[in-house]
Amino acid sequence: MARLLARRLLFAGVLIALTSSSALFLARLAPGDMTSQLGPFASPVDIENTRTRFNLDRSPISQWGLWVSRAMRLDFGESFLYNRPVAPLVVRAAGNTALLGVVSLLLATLAGLSLGVFTGARSGTLPMLVRSVSLVCVSLPPLVTSLALVFLAARTGWLPAGGMVSSTASDQTWSVWMLDVLRHLPLPVLALALPMAATFERLQSQSMADAVHQPFVLAAIARGVPATRALLRHAWPSSLRPICGVYGLAIGALLSGSFIVEFVTAWPGLGRLTFEALRARDVYLVAACAASGAAFLALGTMTGDLLLAAADPRVRQESVG
Amino acid sequence: MKRAAWSLLVLIALAALAAPWLAPNPPNRRFDDLLYAPPTPVHIFSDGLHAPFINPLRLVNRLERRFEADAATQVSLRWFNGTLVTADPDADAPLLFLGADGYGRDIFSRLLYGAQATLAVSLLSALLTTILGACVGGLAAYVGGWLDGVLSRVSEFVLVLPAIYVALVLRAVLPLVLPPSTVFVLLIGIFTLLGWPIVARGVRAIVLVEREREYVIAAHAAGASDGRILLRHLLPASAGFLQTQASLLVPAFMLAEATLSYVGLGFPNTIPTWGTMLQDASNVALLGDAPWSLAPAAAIFVVVLGVNLLAQSHGRAPVQLEP
Repeated sequence: MARLLARRLLFAGVLIALTSSSALFLARLAPGDMTSQLGPFASPVDIENTRTRFNLDRSPISQWGLWVSRAMRLDFGESFLYNRPVAPLVVRAAGNTALLGVVSLLLATLAGLSLGVFTGARSGTLPMLVRSVSLVCVSLPPLVTSLALVFLAARTGWLPAGGMVSSTASDQTWSVWMLDVLRHLPLPVLALALPMAATFERLQSQSMADAVHQPFVLAAIARGVPATRALLRHAWPSSLRPICGVYGLAIGALLSGSFIVEFVTAWPGLGRLTFEALRARDVYLVAACAASGAAFLALGTMTGDLLLAAADPRVRQESVG
Repeated sequence: MKRAAWSLLVLIALAALAAPWLAPNPPNRRFDDLLYAPPTPVHIFSDGLHAPFINPLRLVNRLERRFEADAATQVSLRWFNGTLVTADPDADAPLLFLGADGYGRDIFSRLLYGAQATLAVSLLSALLTTILGACVGGLAAYVGGWLDGVLSRVSEFVLVLPAIYVALVLRAVLPLVLPPSTVFVLLIGIFTLLGWPIVARGVRAIVLVEREREYVIAAHAAGASDGRILLRHLLPASAGFLQTQASLLVPAFMLAEATLSYVGLGFPNTIPTWGTMLQDASNVALLGDAPWSLAPAAAIFVVVLGVNLLAQSHGRAPVQLEP
């Protein structure tokens, strides 16, 4: 278990270093630089000063070296767009994305797994109905759901159609702010969680249907274990393997999906920040965004592995042996 | 269910191919007084049964984008006049099945023409991805050793990355304004680069199992060359997997194109694709009054649903987690 964790941590470090470095290089080597944001009438002196301030006058390699040595001391450079250090900017945006992602993932997991166990173990009209609804929902990508939900919100006014905080609530007390965020949360969360919950439901349903016919479940029922207990305590844990296998991928999909959801619903998260930074060639902001995205991914795959080990005794034994 | 899914997809492909003939209006023609105009319903009753006609839309209030159908005037429809059906060209009242967009262009016609670009990008990318993935996966499994190690590590690395961000970075670091034909090739290139590991991983697993089978050993014994064994015996064994995988890649790439075009990094707005058309829906204030601008989103949903139904009937859970 400890060795698995250590290997995963090493992988996380490599992933973060690789993605942020390549993002820095790509943003640096891209045609044009941030000085074009100064406008067509910027004086050559201003342009030169900006280039010096952000180390664009150095070669890409030496700029990278400088950035790495500073990053070791937790100084990730400054943003040109926002004219302040990138670390607090990225931490804030990453926090918003994490809030969106974690709530969506929890909702999708809870709904998907419970419905999947239900449709996998039972047959009849209701499971059939759930199955068809979920097949439709699998086909609703976040781009489509978020646009449709924004339309509904704009039309009915039940929920705010975009953003994370209303302008009136941003300078109020903490509890007012919190409630306001909670009102803004359901729309993007639903847009992200709906297709994911449906995917989990489909996977869980298939593996549950297989697990029900395993000999050890049959043996448990033969021993007189009540049917519900046999399903939940014996069949269900062994059916979790496919779900945990895609959990890492699901985190990646969540990150991918959250980009467009943030864009459509104007959620101030990592997706929007990355997009703005890329367009403005804001090199250090791009690198920091890539690093935090990679950190999310590493965390996601790690969670998937740990969950798998916790759920399925066969995996625990494999990693010990 | 399988037949329904197939006919749905074939219908969409045919509609895309027949766009010049089906579209009532040219995709880039602007009707200046019809910005965000609602659909024009086709009537067949007017004091009893009447040949199909539409009532022209008159702009009542430009600021509120309010339109009124002019019930007194009847514009008859012309059939087989170059296109399947169009409004009388002399009447200056276009036939708008799905309303008009922010430039006063016919959404239905753009949807048909947009299907061409969107489907071309996603189908070509899926084809190239499948070919590249099959070659890499087959080679990795058949040759083995260090080549297998390197290729597997690379594909694992590409697989963990969230595809849309990589596509975004790769697209954004190139000049932001490019001619449409360059964008077309570029998007296909980016998508192929991101998609091949999914195919390669599956093909590698299949070839690893298959190459131990008797018929491969027999082929060896008969003196078949390595290339022949790989191309004629091992890759055909993974044909079923490739078929399913390719069909799942099409909607994934379609979404990637739509996403990139939606945020302004795909095709320019003058080229109708489902992604560029969705840009019109990005204005929340207008979206509430113009639900027809969501038509491309509905079209995307229909294609994804068709492909998922197909995958489901092949006994595979439709997992839309990759790209």
